[in-house]
Amino acid sequence: MTSVKNTNRRERTIWTILTVLVLVYALFPVASIFATSFKLPSDLSTGKFLPTTWSPANYEQILVGNAQELFLSALRNSVGIALIATFIAVVLATLCAYAIARLDFPGKKLVLTTALAVSIFPVISIVTPLFNLWRRIGLYDTWPGLIIPYLSLTLPISIWTLAAFFRQIPWELEQAAQVDGATTWQAFRKAVVPLAAPGVFTTAIIAFFIAWNDFVYGISLTSTQAARPVPAALAFFTGASQFEAPTGAISAAAIIVTIPVVLLVVLFQRQIVSGLTQGAVKG
Amino acid sequence: MASITLRNIVKQYGDGFPAVNDVSIDIADGEFIILVGPSGCGKSTLLRMIVGLEDITAGDLLINDVRVNDKAPRERNLAMVFQNYALYPHLTVFENIAFPLRLAKKKHSEEEIRQKVTEAARTLELTDHLERKPANLSGGQRQRVAMGRAIVREADAFLFDEPLSNLDAKLRGQMRSEISQMQRRLGVTSVYVTHDQTEAMTLGDRVAVLKKGELQQIASPRELYEQPVNLFVAGFIGSPSMNFLPATPAGDRLRTPIGDIPVAADKLQTVQGRQVVLAGIRPEHFEDATLVDEAKRPQGHTFSTELTHSEWLGNEQYGYISFEAEPEIHRLLANLAREMDADELRPQIVVTLDAASRIRGGRPAELWVDTSKLQLFDPETGINLTRDAEAGRELTAEADAARKEEIGLARERQGVPVQG
Amino acid sequence: MTVTTRQKQAPEAVRPGGRQYSDRTRAERRLGWLLAGPAFVVMLAVTAYPILQAVYDSLFQYRLTAPQDREFIGLRNYAVVLTDEVFWRDLGVTLLITVVTVAVELVLGFALALVMHKALTSVRGLLRTAILVPYGIITVVSAFAWFYAFDINSGYVNHWFNWVPGISPDLNWFADTWTALFVIMASEIWKTTPFISLLLLAGLAQVPDELTEAAEVDGATWWERMRRVVLPNMKAAIMVAVLFRALDAFRIFDNIFIMTKGAYGTETLSLLAYRTSIGRLEIGLGSAISVVLFICVLLICFIAIKLFKVDLAGARGEKS
Repeated sequence: MTSVKNTNRRERTIWTILTVLVLVYALFPVASIFATSFKLPSDLSTGKFLPTTWSPANYEQILVGNAQELFLSALRNSVGIALIATFIAVVLATLCAYAIARLDFPGKKLVLTTALAVSIFPVISIVTPLFNLWRRIGLYDTWPGLIIPYLSLTLPISIWTLAAFFRQIPWELEQAAQVDGATTWQAFRKAVVPLAAPGVFTTAIIAFFIAWNDFVYGISLTSTQAARPVPAALAFFTGASQFEAPTGAISAAAIIVTIPVVLLVVLFQRQIVSGLTQGAVKG
Repeated sequence: MASITLRNIVKQYGDGFPAVNDVSIDIADGEFIILVGPSGCGKSTLLRMIVGLEDITAGDLLINDVRVNDKAPRERNLAMVFQNYALYPHLTVFENIAFPLRLAKKKHSEEEIRQKVTEAARTLELTDHLERKPANLSGGQRQRVAMGRAIVREADAFLFDEPLSNLDAKLRGQMRSEISQMQRRLGVTSVYVTHDQTEAMTLGDRVAVLKKGELQQIASPRELYEQPVNLFVAGFIGSPSMNFLPATPAGDRLRTPIGDIPVAADKLQTVQGRQVVLAGIRPEHFEDATLVDEAKRPQGHTFSTELTHSEWLGNEQYGYISFEAEPEIHRLLANLAREMDADELRPQIVVTLDAASRIRGGRPAELWVDTSKLQLFDPETGINLTRDAEAGRELTAEADAARKEEIGLARERQGVPVQG
Repeated sequence: MTVTTRQKQAPEAVRPGGRQYSDRTRAERRLGWLLAGPAFVVMLAVTAYPILQAVYDSLFQYRLTAPQDREFIGLRNYAVVLTDEVFWRDLGVTLLITVVTVAVELVLGFALALVMHKALTSVRGLLRTAILVPYGIITVVSAFAWFYAFDINSGYVNHWFNWVPGISPDLNWFADTWTALFVIMASEIWKTTPFISLLLLAGLAQVPDELTEAAEVDGATWWERMRRVVLPNMKAAIMVAVLFRALDAFRIFDNIFIMTKGAYGTETLSLLAYRTSIGRLEIGLGSAISVVLFICVLLICFIAIKLFKVDLAGARGEKS
């Protein structure tokens, strides 16, 4: 009896240490920028991790202060553009993945290979021609000017992930529902939608992360607050005055745009993990 | 070759639930032991403790009288055949069988490995498949590769974890006899886990019946069948299951749903003064009264009844008789069914009749029951009140002698000197 | 009666078409392209068209500041690029970052995957949530976090690690190629290891416990079980993870842009392309660099698939 308690205790200690290590690994940089976001300018060069006084001044500056216009417009752009790009990608990918998983048509493999090829495409290689073209046809520095290239990021992975999800759906249920007396529409709504919805939702989260993360398109295809998303805005952010480093304000903005990420991760970690691995390795 | 001793083995998980509780078994050198029981009875846990994949919470495990509780699996020199065979998919059949030899570095030369593997492959009829990958093999072939891996080890004992449960019925029978013959030929101590009582009865020198982590009885198949220690063992061993009828002693007879049955005085003696006992009668101890030998007739009792339905199987047929029972009996039977991991036991008698019998469901029938084989159980504790321990011991001793003889013959045939 | 006949018909109704092209088969093919078509066209439009445009532009001397001087010069842009020392230095830096980060990520990711694989169910969710944070966080934010931690003005790393030889409060990490690359790679590794570890975790989960147990009984030590049983059986997962990460690392841009903007010898090919076309508006030359970068990626893929036999389709669930 004692031996089991001892091994249990030893095991528990090892696991506690490992868990703490992983947590520190994963969260330390976030904690670091979180601490920085509460530092006053005078507090920045102390060489300490934590601020000496926790000041909300940086948050005030970007949310209600003089940097409000800059940050909030970037936030609006980011949210809007990422959501629209995600939505379009998921709708197109759902149709496409359904066809791949359920129907037999020539060129199925071509579609999948294309998706794979697009997903490994170096973004920077197409940014130059897009930059040039957008300037000519007036899409430069507009929402659609970013939404369209974002599809090159979000669409391929959505197709792969959804195709993997859809392959696992027991489609016989749709027929079973019809045999049980449901109409085609009822069978779709009552049997297919509940089965497919989790996969579509998970794919949407992953696609959103990718659009939300973009930087190259953001800095290359925008020039003003009209369409510049947060990551690009952060890179070009200047301080309240030219003598003051924008460290605090950037940190505060970084924390704000990290909140949705953390929320999604906490709420849907299981789905995200299954989505990421299904799209990549047969699960 | 080795003896394995389990001494008061306990396995307790984190939540304090004892998966195996105080199990002691002495396994002799060359013996084939079966661990059997319904799912969750702890048989697989016990096997995994022997091989070293699970820690032992309390008690001692001895191999050849050396305590091995704290030894890693690879230090125990045992071989195990897993349920899904556990073949390495990236290796060929040859490399799969050679795997344990390659791990024992420098102990075996390349030539030696080749020779051992070819030899094992020959006995297992795998010679033609040595260069194939496991994915391309049939179920039976995979099973044999797994055994090949055990054979080349020259391990002290073989452990089997439900090795036939993934095969279809026909193949299962074939593999069963292959395992049995191989075990005898090699004379290797074997422990075999199964939930299939046919496997248990046909393979085992002795069979250990487990329930909820506790050892119920360990004995030769015949002793288990003829002299079970309790209701659970009686019900678990045998197919179809033993029938249990509520019975009340009344004079020199027992009052049961199939009428008053005359019972031998010594048996009645054991239940004197009890209100209700359970009478256990195996289905094959019934017969169509018209087909019973005149000579046999006196040791039984003839009664009239009506079958609800019957099933004709070709070599025999099953008949079903329903009876009314008190709620108390219902509860007992339901409880027993749950313990055996079986479907609900209804108050119903199953009888095995000769295939020639014309008795059919829905019509009155004359049946005969062999009352000399009847056993009586305490309904609360489940203890077999009429068990003859002496006779049981004899049955197991007989089996033991038979085993020694068989192994001796097998070794003689191979030119190995017979061991004491 | 009706039920049985309908059940019989139902499977037929969805079975992929027979040899002859029946009406239903043709309808299915049409529907297939109708559903898959839009996504397919969009994907081509947003990548194939621009890259072809880039190939075309790369044949011209073309600056946005002087569009009238546009002039066809054949492959001369490529000659300029390939003879430029800066290009080769940037290619070297890119390859260095790719090799080092992927190697470290593979080892670290495998360790993480092992921890998650063996973790007790009570902490498994917590661990997964934690490692998804780096995955989900914006690369630019991660770059800032690492930048500010190491920065000579606002950082604390110099103070914390004062005792390490070579680190002092005066050390400016971002003013030297090697120290700057160190921080850049550290932030890249931090951000992308979770992804690789999830792929490896899925690979680990595909190796049945029975296999490792069998090897344990067969006499294998922990290390032997890893090397002889686990790793060979997750080769496909490892290869795919390495290829995807390598392609991704080869395109590294965000971290470097934030931390050094490519100064002090930390420029990569992506930054070079950006600086040339978006920064200096040399569309022709920039396009040439873009095309070269694209060819590099194709080359890596080709090598991986032909030499290392990475079965992308198989590993990505195409064959099931």
